[in-house]
Amino acid sequence: MRALPVGDRALLVEVSTDEEAQALHADLLRRRAEGSLSVREIVPAARTVLLDGLDDPSPSRLAAQLSTARLPPVPPPAKDVVEIRVRYDGPDLAAVAELWGVSPDEVARIHAAAEFRVAFCGFAPGFGYLTGLPARYGVPRRATPRTTVPAGSVGLAGPYTGVYPRSSPGGWQLIGTTDAVLWDHARVPAALLSPGTPVRFVPVDS
Amino acid sequence: MTDRALVVVRAGALTTVQDRGRPGHAHLGVPRSGALDAPAAALMNRLVGNPPDAALLETTLNGCDLRPRSAVTVAVGGAPCPVSVNGRPAPWGAPVHLPAGALLSVGTAVSGVRAYVAVSGGVTVEPVLGSRSTDLLSGLGPPPLTAGTVLPLGKPYSLPARVDVVPQPSPPAELVLRVTPGPRDDWFTAAAWHTFTTHTYRVSSASNRIGLRTEGPALERAIGGELPSEGMVLGAVQVPPDGSPVVFLADHPTTGGYPVIAVIHPKDLPPTAQATPGTPLRFVLGGPAL
Repeated sequence: MRALPVGDRALLVEVSTDEEAQALHADLLRRRAEGSLSVREIVPAARTVLLDGLDDPSPSRLAAQLSTARLPPVPPPAKDVVEIRVRYDGPDLAAVAELWGVSPDEVARIHAAAEFRVAFCGFAPGFGYLTGLPARYGVPRRATPRTTVPAGSVGLAGPYTGVYPRSSPGGWQLIGTTDAVLWDHARVPAALLSPGTPVRFVPVDS
Repeated sequence: MTDRALVVVRAGALTTVQDRGRPGHAHLGVPRSGALDAPAAALMNRLVGNPPDAALLETTLNGCDLRPRSAVTVAVGGAPCPVSVNGRPAPWGAPVHLPAGALLSVGTAVSGVRAYVAVSGGVTVEPVLGSRSTDLLSGLGPPPLTAGTVLPLGKPYSLPARVDVVPQPSPPAELVLRVTPGPRDDWFTAAAWHTFTTHTYRVSSASNRIGLRTEGPALERAIGGELPSEGMVLGAVQVPPDGSPVVFLADHPTTGGYPVIAVIHPKDLPPTAQATPGTPLRFVLGGPAL
């Protein structure tokens, strides 16, 4: 683990794996909750957690402390499992089946059997990068991104599963659709998925 | 009962509602947003008696025309521009009293890019996650204004400031941006770092509220391949594959996969809001105030 300065008021803490990033994120949230860390934003990502808006004007001490800290294991999820009902009818289902070397039905079965967790969010409000599929099921992005991906599309890219909160361009391989509302700013909380949320996909008939 | 509202008669190239943004939600993929020239926005609010977090209008290059349905005090500042009320010249950078139904014209900027129009009571569109700012990246907040938009106004807070004109910085003839290296300066060659900190870039016309794009020599990478997505800060200088640095502004994405070579000093960000395309731009290594 190493902590890189990002300007004067932020640190980027870097680890080696998705799991370590999730453990680090949980640990930093715990430190903030208990008052030993004062920071405005804690932003997890694939291999890093960004601490932005540190109160400490010289974050080098925190950086040194984090660089030698031992990571506790990922704690069990503090939140209830979010179940997302999916019709496995996406336009890239056949392509993913071919990449996986299984039938389209089997893609649905494998995907719905996995236990997911939101590793981080980004790209759009409410868009979560979910990990949980075994590494061998990683897929590349589409060579040519679609100009429009409908809201509710369930897609795969690299090791991640994601659900498009709203219609947008996108290059993920689409395997299904859901009616779940990923983002509604009039709702509390606005985001259905936030970092650390455990998620299961529940197949429904097309 | 008076109808405290503002009618948009001419929206201009891009006029949005802005306040101090919605920081604190980056972990959900929500950009911070907020007025790009924050000091100018705060000053205009002060001139009309508003608190610094009241929502106001941010125009782009060619201003806008507005008609209040009740008497209000307005102040126009930021980019210097002609101001008129019912066709008669009115002061810029000072409180101006408008009777109900008067036409306020905010003209084309004579220099700079973004003018701020504060109205007594503030613009009170429905907040989203605690902010009324339009976020052009994520689409949160009210859409950019169009002719005919009616904006609700709040009750005036206090008596407007009793000043004639307040000093405001001139839009920059040259941007000199102090930078702190990293977090991914090691992804670039030593020659690229030298180029970055010695060459004069120019502000690109492709700049917007998301990023200040630049034109100049491409920065060569020492490390190829993709960087896993990581959190981004305001003022990050990200270098996409074309090698031209982009300075992240208020509507920047919360995560990104291109390496950040350096981060701009926060005090040097407001002038970037007023830099017109073609403005010379230099990145200089840290150090005390210039």
